[in-house]
Amino acid sequence: MPRRTDIRSILLIGSGPIVIGQACEFDYSGTQACKALKEEGYRVILINSNPATIMTDPDFADRTYIEPITLDVVEKVIECERPDALLPTMGGQTALNTAIGLAKRGVLEKYGVKLIGASIEAIHKAEDRDAFRQAMWKIGLRVPDSGVATSLWEAEEQVKRVQFPAIVRPSFTMGGTGGNIAYNIEEFRAHVEWGLSMSPVRQVLIEQSVIGWKEFELEVMRDLKDNVVIVCPIENLDPMGVHTGDSITVAPALTLTDKEYQMMRDAAVRIIREIGVDTGGANIQFGMNPVNGEMVVIEMNPRVSRSSALASKATGFPIAKIAAKLAVGYSLDEITNDITGVTKASFEPTIDYVVVKIPRFAFQKFPGADPTLTTQMKSVGEVMAIGRTFKESLQKAIRSMEVDQFGFSSKMGLDLGVPSNLNREEATEQVRKAVRTPLPDRLWRLADGMRLGMTNQELFALTKIDPWFLEQIRELLDFERRLVAERGVIGATGLNPELLLEAKALGFSDERLAQLLGVEQHTVRGWRLALSQGPQPRGVTYKRVDTCAAEFEAHTPYLYSTYERDCEARPTNRKKVVILGGGPNRIGQGIEFDYCCVHAAMALREEQIETIMVNCNPETVSTDYDTSDRLYFEPLTEEDVLNIVRREQPMGVVLQFGGQTPLKLALSLSRAGVTILGTSPDAIDRAEDRARFRELLDKLGLRQAESGMARSVEEALKIAADITYPVMVRPSYVLGGRSMQIVYDEAGLLAYMNTAVKASDKHPVLIDKYLRDAIEIDADAISDGTTVVVAGIMEHIEEAGVHSGDSACSLPPYTLDASIIEEIRRQMTALALELGVIGLMNAQFAVKDQTIYVLEVNPRGSRTVPFVSKAIGVPLAKLAMKVMVGKSLQQLDFTTAPKPAHLSVKEAVFPFTKFAGVDVLLGPEMKSTGEVMGIDSDFGWAFVKAQAGAGAILPTSGTAFFSVKSEDRAGAYDVARRLVALGFRITATSGTAVHLSEQGMCVDVVNKVQEGRPHIVDHIKNGEVALVVNTVRTASAQTDSLSIRREALHKGVPYYTTMRGALAAVMGIEALVKKGLAIRALQEYHRKN
Amino acid sequence: MKKAILALADGTWFEGRALGAEGETGGEVVFNTAMTGYQEVLTDPSYRGQIVTMTCPHIGNYGVTPEDIESNRIWAEGFVVKESSRVASNWRSRATLQEYLQTANIVAIEGVDTRALTTHLREKGAQPGVISHIDLDPRRLAEKARQAPSIIGRDLAATVTCKRRYTWTTGTGNWAPKLEMPDRATTRARTTWRVVAYDFGIKQNILRRLVDVGCEVTVVPASTSAKDVLALNPHGLFLSNGPGDPEGVPYAMTALRELIGRLPIFGICLGHQLLGLAFGFSTYKLKFGHHGANHPVMDLRTGKVEITSQNHNFGVRFPTDRPQRGQELPIADTPFGRVQLTHTSLNDGSVEGMVCLDRPVFSVQYHPEASPGPHDSAYLFEQFVDLMEKQHA
Repeated sequence: MPRRTDIRSILLIGSGPIVIGQACEFDYSGTQACKALKEEGYRVILINSNPATIMTDPDFADRTYIEPITLDVVEKVIECERPDALLPTMGGQTALNTAIGLAKRGVLEKYGVKLIGASIEAIHKAEDRDAFRQAMWKIGLRVPDSGVATSLWEAEEQVKRVQFPAIVRPSFTMGGTGGNIAYNIEEFRAHVEWGLSMSPVRQVLIEQSVIGWKEFELEVMRDLKDNVVIVCPIENLDPMGVHTGDSITVAPALTLTDKEYQMMRDAAVRIIREIGVDTGGANIQFGMNPVNGEMVVIEMNPRVSRSSALASKATGFPIAKIAAKLAVGYSLDEITNDITGVTKASFEPTIDYVVVKIPRFAFQKFPGADPTLTTQMKSVGEVMAIGRTFKESLQKAIRSMEVDQFGFSSKMGLDLGVPSNLNREEATEQVRKAVRTPLPDRLWRLADGMRLGMTNQELFALTKIDPWFLEQIRELLDFERRLVAERGVIGATGLNPELLLEAKALGFSDERLAQLLGVEQHTVRGWRLALSQGPQPRGVTYKRVDTCAAEFEAHTPYLYSTYERDCEARPTNRKKVVILGGGPNRIGQGIEFDYCCVHAAMALREEQIETIMVNCNPETVSTDYDTSDRLYFEPLTEEDVLNIVRREQPMGVVLQFGGQTPLKLALSLSRAGVTILGTSPDAIDRAEDRARFRELLDKLGLRQAESGMARSVEEALKIAADITYPVMVRPSYVLGGRSMQIVYDEAGLLAYMNTAVKASDKHPVLIDKYLRDAIEIDADAISDGTTVVVAGIMEHIEEAGVHSGDSACSLPPYTLDASIIEEIRRQMTALALELGVIGLMNAQFAVKDQTIYVLEVNPRGSRTVPFVSKAIGVPLAKLAMKVMVGKSLQQLDFTTAPKPAHLSVKEAVFPFTKFAGVDVLLGPEMKSTGEVMGIDSDFGWAFVKAQAGAGAILPTSGTAFFSVKSEDRAGAYDVARRLVALGFRITATSGTAVHLSEQGMCVDVVNKVQEGRPHIVDHIKNGEVALVVNTVRTASAQTDSLSIRREALHKGVPYYTTMRGALAAVMGIEALVKKGLAIRALQEYHRKN
Repeated sequence: MKKAILALADGTWFEGRALGAEGETGGEVVFNTAMTGYQEVLTDPSYRGQIVTMTCPHIGNYGVTPEDIESNRIWAEGFVVKESSRVASNWRSRATLQEYLQTANIVAIEGVDTRALTTHLREKGAQPGVISHIDLDPRRLAEKARQAPSIIGRDLAATVTCKRRYTWTTGTGNWAPKLEMPDRATTRARTTWRVVAYDFGIKQNILRRLVDVGCEVTVVPASTSAKDVLALNPHGLFLSNGPGDPEGVPYAMTALRELIGRLPIFGICLGHQLLGLAFGFSTYKLKFGHHGANHPVMDLRTGKVEITSQNHNFGVRFPTDRPQRGQELPIADTPFGRVQLTHTSLNDGSVEGMVCLDRPVFSVQYHPEASPGPHDSAYLFEQFVDLMEKQHA
């Protein structure tokens, strides 16, 4: 069937900000969809609030709306653009739910918009727990026994039949949000209430637990001719009970017989037909009883998903791109397989390697959060590794995670064997306890159990992890023992070559081998390199991902390393550059860096330089096989990167776009003789090293907050006393403000030094004067060594002390004097020139009483680059890349930054709803997972949009609640006064109320939680509060008011925990009252005259 | 770990570790891209004369079970894998792959760069090879491989067919394909159809599937004459899969020429190729064959695509690619009337199915019984029954 001609324009809805459960995989799929649809000649209209996405680059759609994805706004977009069709399956649950909302409102009907990809009926059938269950029964498939409830009472009725343990699953949520496992009635009630509140339709499913069953996922595609293919079966190493996003997963499925697999495949085909997904992809999850092969259907997602992104990367089959083409009428057999160039998309990929995905968690960021892995997703990112065997792939995945693990390092010091003085029984009991509950470190605990002599049977009984997987880990440990036996007897020529090559084929890193053999990493590398020379070189080889297990020739160089006979890298002789990606998403390093890497690749293409991407994050656009000329899906470690550089011989390596990950490699790569493009590693060191940084500032006459470096507790106390409290403390090498805190007194400092970090000579603790109530500034500049353009200066909305990644910000600044802005511009220029920056530079400043302090300088692409690029309409990362390969800014015609007439506000988005009981207060430790952007002609509206994008709909009337710390009372009065003028009622806790009433304001006093009922939490629960302003300082006040903030979060009441934030909110509300919503496409904002 | 060598006739060789029974074995080296179903592959008689390389790197993970066999023994001459599992993990498993191979006295090799081997076979074509655990001199082994008899023109079917006829009555049971909605499968009135199945190396799942759709199957040796077949008074005739070159089995083709038009015939794989020869078409050897469970085949009549299980080294050359007047699909005139091309491979355009418009005969190159592989074409067994129903109405 040819493509549809009855539609000309298509609206695509993105997934909005990065949150747990919905990350940059939807930029990957959305970008593919945009490209595919434009390629077919459709006019593509896109809405997505997330500026850090590639899809929102103005070139990827005809009309790009960076606006909040709310029904009102999307309706407005439809009204303005009049698309013929809406494709709702590319933007995760957000897009799907928005499409349903639009249909319910009658918007689609009113404007004649056809839904393509999935019908409302199909979405309903797949997403509504009850409808899905009925559908499965109809086609003769089993689902775990379950019942739907819309109230606690109904839920209790259901659980009587289903029994404990029972799973509570809210309808229409993603990432299992609000889902839980209940083992008793008390837990059950709490989980049901939480689940009901998380479900947009207040519906939960109470489900029989199949915890411990094997878990599988099939990625299915169907076209209008009713052709169905399975792209990939994925097996979860962690059995049922752990959300698949939090599970270690493997492709292909490795423990299913053909009989079992075909039974599952038949079921998947029947399900996609019954649910009625007409075109595109779906993900279906199954559980299987390991005892008798009994199979149950768990759930289905009628859209592209995180798993489909993984399956695409795992097989080379671009699910989203093909789903987009199917949606406009093509059938699978009409679409060519890009990789072979001769076969069709109508086939099932077969793979001759093993893919392992490991999630990455961020529990250390959320003290108090329960790290137990359950049915609700908690991980913030993931890595994928490819190897020829599971063992190799698993070890590569482990070192890809960047958690300082290069293999199965023992948690109990058993690497070199079990010490004779160890109490084996006690240690074994410890392991038993640790592995019984799924926790992020279970893999390593299993290994320790094996070292202590636990059998596969015993470990299977405790974890229900399939014995086949356990055996693979055991084989690695057996091999470790063989290596340890060589310790101390290795001669000058090194480890026996056969043993070394076998170790490498098993995926052992040089670093891990060094640990086991008691030598240095570079020594192992030396042995390895010696083998790779001479007449019969043996060493690392690269194989291609080709969808077909080598049955057809692959034309796309999508490569992974292994140690085997033949190498398929076949490097070219072109001029080429290696770009190092950002690795797994984590808090502090996410999609923004991938955005920069993709831009670097695009820029090099324009310059006719071959691009070689190295990354291990399957969610990203950078790891799409057609983003770069060549893709190495590899860990970003010194060893793996050097191997690639040695094979490819590029003119240089780009480090400055992938965040801290590649930057950490700067020194070791340059020591190994690798050319680093752009800013020199020495300049990076000058900015990172405290002493050298101080010298730099002194030389330029720039100011820094008083600070010191402590190598012991005593030293810390002395420094803090000298520079006076409050102080900001942190370990010397951090990203995303890990373990950073503001300390107000000696007791706080002692607590920090004794619990949070271990100060030592090697890892000193930094202590800075905390500039209270200062305004923080972020600035991004680009430099070619002679010309510096300060592209964007952003004023933070929250005061200094809140991590820059967590703070909202405005471009241009909305309260600063022009003279201050000019001075910041001057300082940026001076810093860039002095450091010899070639490429991008970011710096943060604090402004207090008209004095500017330099907080930090990062001579690399920063988190704000995509935001600034979109705010000013200039692709900064692209320009920077061109500068790094020799272009001057003059040549690129970029010598002054545009001064946009509009305002852009960036707001951070937090994962607090995922972590019950965790405080929502902001501080120097970064906690946000994503960001949104609001653009408008005035600050107020831009802020309103950013808030809406982040999920906070500002009220225009109602009651505002105030409870603020004493130093904020003046500010609170100002905010409250403006709210009163807008018609708000004010309530406050006694202290704040007294202060406000003294100024003549009419305030209702409300009880604090410990003052008796009804108290403030009761009022929030009853829906009587429209806005919460709550600032606190001391630790005890934080705990007292925690329930207020949690309840506001729970009920979706906008809350502000800083006075500057509250003030911005008032400005927003004033704007809201003054004029109505107006939207504008990015292409309009930046139209060149 | 004991070393082993796999050497090909063109001198290319691979080092690995000994697997299975100690010894030396030769055969045509082919690769199979299915990710599951190694036990079905090993016991498929069509692999007679061949050393099978699995492209999936982990083999043996779920062990072996007597329930998943396709015949009563392993027929592959040798087995090449990247890694054979030390343990067998499945509730039905009775033994590990290593134990299975040893018991069956099959020489195998693991630790081979199977991707390099596959790429080589793809580029240079399938060719004879030798696996040895005892002689580790690659040059000598390559020489042995060169001396191995070619499979072209050889009658391998005679070596795998049953000695005497037997009846088969068990169906697929729990593992029956369930692609159709459950309420649709039962609409047909259950009649028992007497079917004679020529055994050129028949896979048991074919027999199970025939039983599933209401057939009572009498399996006869490959050399059974047309007269003897007709003497059994069957409603329909089934032509099975089998190893090697269809031109090596001229007696079967002769029998077919007598049988075409006398009763409904359904042929698959070798059976399809023999029908091709009977119609007067030629057959040819493919460069490296089709061996896998992911081959897309288009039904030219409906435009729909089935994902099929395939295992063949030879193909039928359809004499014309032009449709006759008034017809949409290529049609060839044969002594038995018009034969229409019905299925082609989406991968390489090769012939995958045909139907005689003037006699009740149809055939496919692929394996609707799957095992291993997807069940998409299971409906063909129903079509065979439809054909018998129509003929005997």
